[in-house]
Amino acid sequence: MEALLDRLRRGDRLVGDGAWGTQLMQRGLPEGQPPEWMALERPEVIEEIARLYVEAGADLVTTDTFGGTSFRLALHGLEAEKERINRQAVEAVRRATGSAEDRALVSASVGPSGRLLEPYGDTSPEAVHEAFAEQVATLAEAGADLICIETMSDLTEATQAVRAAKERAPGLPVMATMTFEPNPRGYYTVMGVSVEQAVSGLADAGADLVGSNCGIGMEHMVAIARELTRTARVPVAVQPNAGLPEIQGDTVVYKETPEAMAARVPELLDLGVALVGGCCGTTPDHVRAVRRAVDAWCARA
Amino acid sequence: MDILKQIADSLQKGDDPRVGALAAEALEKGIPAGDVLQDGLIAGMNVVGEQFRLREIFLPDVLLAARAMYAGLEILRPHLAKEGVPLRGKVVLGTIKGDLHDIGKNLVGIMLKGAGFEVIDLGHDVAPEAFVDAAVREEASLIGMSALLTTTMTRMREVVDLVESRGLSGQIKTIVGGAPLSPDFAREIGADDYASDGATAVERVKALLGVT
Repeated sequence: MEALLDRLRRGDRLVGDGAWGTQLMQRGLPEGQPPEWMALERPEVIEEIARLYVEAGADLVTTDTFGGTSFRLALHGLEAEKERINRQAVEAVRRATGSAEDRALVSASVGPSGRLLEPYGDTSPEAVHEAFAEQVATLAEAGADLICIETMSDLTEATQAVRAAKERAPGLPVMATMTFEPNPRGYYTVMGVSVEQAVSGLADAGADLVGSNCGIGMEHMVAIARELTRTARVPVAVQPNAGLPEIQGDTVVYKETPEAMAARVPELLDLGVALVGGCCGTTPDHVRAVRRAVDAWCARA
Repeated sequence: MDILKQIADSLQKGDDPRVGALAAEALEKGIPAGDVLQDGLIAGMNVVGEQFRLREIFLPDVLLAARAMYAGLEILRPHLAKEGVPLRGKVVLGTIKGDLHDIGKNLVGIMLKGAGFEVIDLGHDVAPEAFVDAAVREEASLIGMSALLTTTMTRMREVVDLVESRGLSGQIKTIVGGAPLSPDFAREIGADDYASDGATAVERVKALLGVT
């Protein structure tokens, strides 16, 4: 635990990894199967991708457990495998990060349950809390270094996840990030949560890092980071997409280049952002470019 | 205040018990169920949809308004049938084969129902033939398809092609949506329209089916 929080207290700037979904598809994720299928059936592929991100210079490597709650796995008939999936995903990244003192940290991903909570939908906050608690317990036991709650839209669901993580993995730091969209009045999640509400709600629930991931590219992420760093009392993390997906013939591409992404990194660091990584569509090359930008900025600072 | 106006206002506030009670009261007063639907529930929902489209309100407000709409519809339904008032049209919805993301599609369904459409929800991982078969069987006039994955979105073209090859073009309209999609993509695969979110979907479906 101290590894991460100590570094943040020292003022270190950290680099996250990039996308997993696109990497898994390139390596034969069967159509119709969720990304977590790979952790279950071919953990060696997880290890291979994790190794690419370690080599690219990531300080944290995310596990393939975004949809690892019972709610999400049930959609694919994989609920019975939930323990194995979450455990194998952590262990595979662990093998790639190695055991050196300064090794990359295993950042255990926890994504939304996919349910609408009461009163908007039919799922109780207690039910999602239980699902998160169960997943986090497995992730922690398997050796995760931190819990990474991400792509959240509903603040109640996000804070339930943070609390569940603090209860079931009391020794691990928790990073919690939500996904914001531009609105005439500022940036809000789909469920109408402002950046300021997210920051204070997540920190009050016990998150050690708060921030934003996914979304529509670096340009907006810089603006979101401005609001995040203005209001947050805890370190801020941002992990943007490589822009919005575009169609080229029968394939889909993310067009924001590693260079374009890295060019905005100094602004983020000037604002005080503690961790910069990538979300959908980013690659080891994006991480390499961000790493270079962060190192260059730190050398100047 | 006019009771139909009160129904519209309560619906906008998401006050479902009050919408139900007011709908029953309106019927007791002898107001035709069709008027309660059109000038109360749908009038209120139109305001909510427009506010959402202009991003003045957020999804939770729309979900609560839709819930209030259902409460009112429950009261009206037997009377609407008696009066012979048709609902606004029937649509078939689903997430395309290979894709299991159904949150966006569910929201579109909630909002279409909220706007008075009859919605046949085929769920997720729906094969192209299943979309067209269901639309024919249910005599639906529109197929709505959703995809969140960039790997599955390209399959929507098969549904559009099937509608055409079975000679159903014009009779069954198609509309697509989902995070990675764009109007250009819809045009490229030959879909009749594209909607970026639930409120826009309601507007576009109304336009495609020629209802107000």
